[in-house]
Amino acid sequence: MGHNLNKAFKFGIGMALAAGLTSGAQAADDKIKVGFMLPYTGTYASLGNAITNGFKQYVAEQGGKLSGREIEYFTVDDESDPAKATENANKLVKRDKVDLLVGTVHSGVALAMAKVARENKTLLIVPNAGADEITGPLCAPNVFRSSFTNWQPAYAMGKVAAQKGYKKVVTLTWKYAAGLQSIDGFKEAFEQAGGKVVKDMTLPFPNVEFQPFLTEIASLKPDAVFVFFAGAGAAKFVKDYAAAGLNKTVPLLGSGFLTDGNLDAMGDSGKALQTTLHYADGLDNKKDQAFRLTYAKTYKMQPDVYAVQGYDAAQLYGAGLKAAGGDVSKQADVIKGMEAAKIDSPRGAFTLSKAHNPVQDIYLREVQGGQNKVIGIPTKALADPARGCKL
Amino acid sequence: MPAGQGTLMDFASFLIQMLNSLQYGLLLFLVASGLTLVFGIMGIINLAHGSFYMIGAYLAFVLTSATGSLFLAILLGIPLTFIVGAFLEWALFSHLYKREHLEQVLLTYGLILIFEELRSLLVGDEVHGVDIPAIFSASIPLSDVLSYPVYRLVISGVCIVLAVALYFVIQRTRLGMMIRAGNHDRTMVEALGININMIYRVVFALGFALAALAGMLAAPISSVFPNMGSHVLIISFVIVVIGGIGSVWGALIAALVIGFADTFGKVLLPDYAGMVVYLVMAVVLLWRPEGILKKG
Amino acid sequence: MSSLNSTIFKLAGLALLACVPLTGESFYVELAAKTLVLAIFAMSLDLLVGFTGLVSFGHAAYFGVAAYSVALLSPKYEAASLWYVLPASVGLSALAALVVGLFVLRTKGIYFIMVTLAFAQLAFFVFHDTPLGGGSDGIYLNVKPTAAIAGWVPFDLDNATHLYYFILGALVVVYAFLARILQSPFGRVLVGIKSNEHRMQSMGYLTFRYKLAAFALAGGLGGVAGFLYAVVFGFVTPELLSWHQSGNVLLMVILGGMGNLVGAIAGAFVFTGMQEVFGNWTKHWQLVMGCVIVAAVLFMPGGLSAVPGRIKRALQGGGSNE
Repeated sequence: MGHNLNKAFKFGIGMALAAGLTSGAQAADDKIKVGFMLPYTGTYASLGNAITNGFKQYVAEQGGKLSGREIEYFTVDDESDPAKATENANKLVKRDKVDLLVGTVHSGVALAMAKVARENKTLLIVPNAGADEITGPLCAPNVFRSSFTNWQPAYAMGKVAAQKGYKKVVTLTWKYAAGLQSIDGFKEAFEQAGGKVVKDMTLPFPNVEFQPFLTEIASLKPDAVFVFFAGAGAAKFVKDYAAAGLNKTVPLLGSGFLTDGNLDAMGDSGKALQTTLHYADGLDNKKDQAFRLTYAKTYKMQPDVYAVQGYDAAQLYGAGLKAAGGDVSKQADVIKGMEAAKIDSPRGAFTLSKAHNPVQDIYLREVQGGQNKVIGIPTKALADPARGCKL
Repeated sequence: MPAGQGTLMDFASFLIQMLNSLQYGLLLFLVASGLTLVFGIMGIINLAHGSFYMIGAYLAFVLTSATGSLFLAILLGIPLTFIVGAFLEWALFSHLYKREHLEQVLLTYGLILIFEELRSLLVGDEVHGVDIPAIFSASIPLSDVLSYPVYRLVISGVCIVLAVALYFVIQRTRLGMMIRAGNHDRTMVEALGININMIYRVVFALGFALAALAGMLAAPISSVFPNMGSHVLIISFVIVVIGGIGSVWGALIAALVIGFADTFGKVLLPDYAGMVVYLVMAVVLLWRPEGILKKG
Repeated sequence: MSSLNSTIFKLAGLALLACVPLTGESFYVELAAKTLVLAIFAMSLDLLVGFTGLVSFGHAAYFGVAAYSVALLSPKYEAASLWYVLPASVGLSALAALVVGLFVLRTKGIYFIMVTLAFAQLAFFVFHDTPLGGGSDGIYLNVKPTAAIAGWVPFDLDNATHLYYFILGALVVVYAFLARILQSPFGRVLVGIKSNEHRMQSMGYLTFRYKLAAFALAGGLGGVAGFLYAVVFGFVTPELLSWHQSGNVLLMVILGGMGNLVGAIAGAFVFTGMQEVFGNWTKHWQLVMGCVIVAAVLFMPGGLSAVPGRIKRALQGGGSNE
């Protein structure tokens, strides 16, 4: 027993020492600390990298500095694992003491980050996760988003589905926040316009055995199917849908994440798929062309919506820093600057709602020749209803 | 019950769901059969069995990318995994036969961590798809809106062939006789002058190869992703528990029951789907604490 | 080993732990708090594995049941009373363990390991799939429970330092409680079951009842840890009930030496320590961890629990007693 005690004793001393050392090492430096908490492994790894690339591209375009201050980056791989989210966020907030927290892709993880950010008053920009709550009931002065709410693209698709004259629709998604909230957004618009969702089906994330659900869809014979899937699972779903022959009789609709970054993997099965999103290929805007050219040159690959969101996160922070004269300690001024910013985004210019979410156009896109070509704008300057936000 | 046409359609989709259940259940059997043999014959609890499935799936991905054909990948993969299995038995598992279950749990838990990290180092953490071989990529129309992918039928066919082959090996061959004898009494077999160590090595390698083969076959329909082994591992445990440790036939029955429960659970009780298989297990345990078919 | 010496060590360790908040480094205070919670968790499992000889591979279920109970029993935007949610969540996890125990204790050996695992998976899916839990994203505990009694607030769990000392207090209470139990006749029967259950049966003990009581008790104490975890992080997810969590706590018990409560505490510290050190060192820290585990099992026949004794003998032999 004595030996075990010894171990405990030594480890305790070690921890106390470690704590002392890091507090001593907190030397004053004048770099601005930006912490990326993004998925660098797992299903969403490529998204995390695209966001990081986009962010760094904007900073590089400004000469490597924002408001005259150099940027120091800290990174934590969140593994898209909500169970580790609070601890991971604390690593950046409490251990590294970052000035700006940027993250993440997975909605559940982002919710945990928003909680940590609120409790510690750390500035947070969410560059992807669409969880409605972040700019809804859980909104906060120091929490911003440069992407979308799950509600936004899905709501637009609900309108489109009703306009196409569909009456009876079946939905299918992974059972997690992003999926369920997308379904709600779709339903809201679709049922307001007189349609009816006859069945909601879910499967656990990131399960990709769709066969029983395809069989069920075939037996229900709806006018259309609305789904929310993203990443590799989305490509798999579209392929399975085509292999089951359903694409010939039951049109497939989805939030744009169904096809974004997945067109190669889908091959022919993705042909003529229609989706809604706040970004598309073939946008007629100069900013987008310049952005894409630089991105392709720098990173030797084509940018996607995630890169745009990362780029805009940096733009947004840049606007805030400018308003505060580069002084991160004046957080209220940074926030005011961010709230007032009009972001000249590759997706088209946008402003922020009171709840700190982009007010933006949602595009209807169709898969044509390996691209998500814009074919219409069903909703212009769509703002999330931000239900429950008291800002 | 809706009458007329409705009922007829429902029956058609019921049959298709049965087909889905059968295919899933047979695939699970392939994984669980190796697990139950290793449990029953060697008395070893092997948590790393799910990793063998994962290794198979990644092998299918890597070898298919290299050779351009899933057939070649499987032809290369089976002997490869058999050899790796025999090696693992020699290097690690042969030291565990006389150890406590707790130590077996611990060692194989450590192996899971090692296999997952090696996978991450060698192949990365991305999700990959494996293409279905061109000749099986068609679909058969089953109803006016639904088609059934041929490849899924092929999987079921392969699994049935293997189940029959396993039956013959165990019931009709000398190796099978020794396996059956070893299952009952180790010392007796040794007394008869049979090299039990060699039998163990072959059985373990066979178990590895079967799990890996299941992973290779499933790769095109499930995609290939990190930690894909852990779900399969736990379901295989449930199958072994339900079927009775060491009983290959118990495993077959249990795998089909689980395939059925899982598929219909997903559609009929989506909120409780994950639990259905465990509830089945609880009921079986109440009824027969040692599984449907006791070993032996 | 003199008991005085041992008591001095324990008090010194306790004093050291009590000093952690003085560093003022909130990240490390939280890390230490988490480790203490895991230490309570490990002690609760040690009652089963180390003292009763029941290798449960599903102990995370009871941790998770209590954690979810806090989140579900608390009002959404108000504080629940600590004096209600603590006993309620611990009671629920003990109840869950009692019910599961009725099933799993009918089995032995490999079966017991697999069946405890399978029941933990069942609990996992209760929170993962049904409308009760929040799906794979989990649930937030927006406001921590309040310790107020009729307007008087003895301490505030929102304050990280108060919370830390509350957890440290809980650790001491659980330790004292278990130590007391193990010296009682009940505890002696449990140890007897571990060494030879048949003998205990032939002596007329209804061992099933004793094992069931131990299983429920361990579940309840695991629930104390789960409760504290939910309060520290304000967030619960199904992952808390995952089999990895069950494996990790088993590892802590074994690292510290089975059947040794202080060892279980040390095991929790060594485990989180390794996680932090390897984790900061390499992205592939699990590879190192896996190799350590495999090597430990292979090269230490007789089990890891024998190691502390061996080292101590070696130390004593060398005369370098600290």
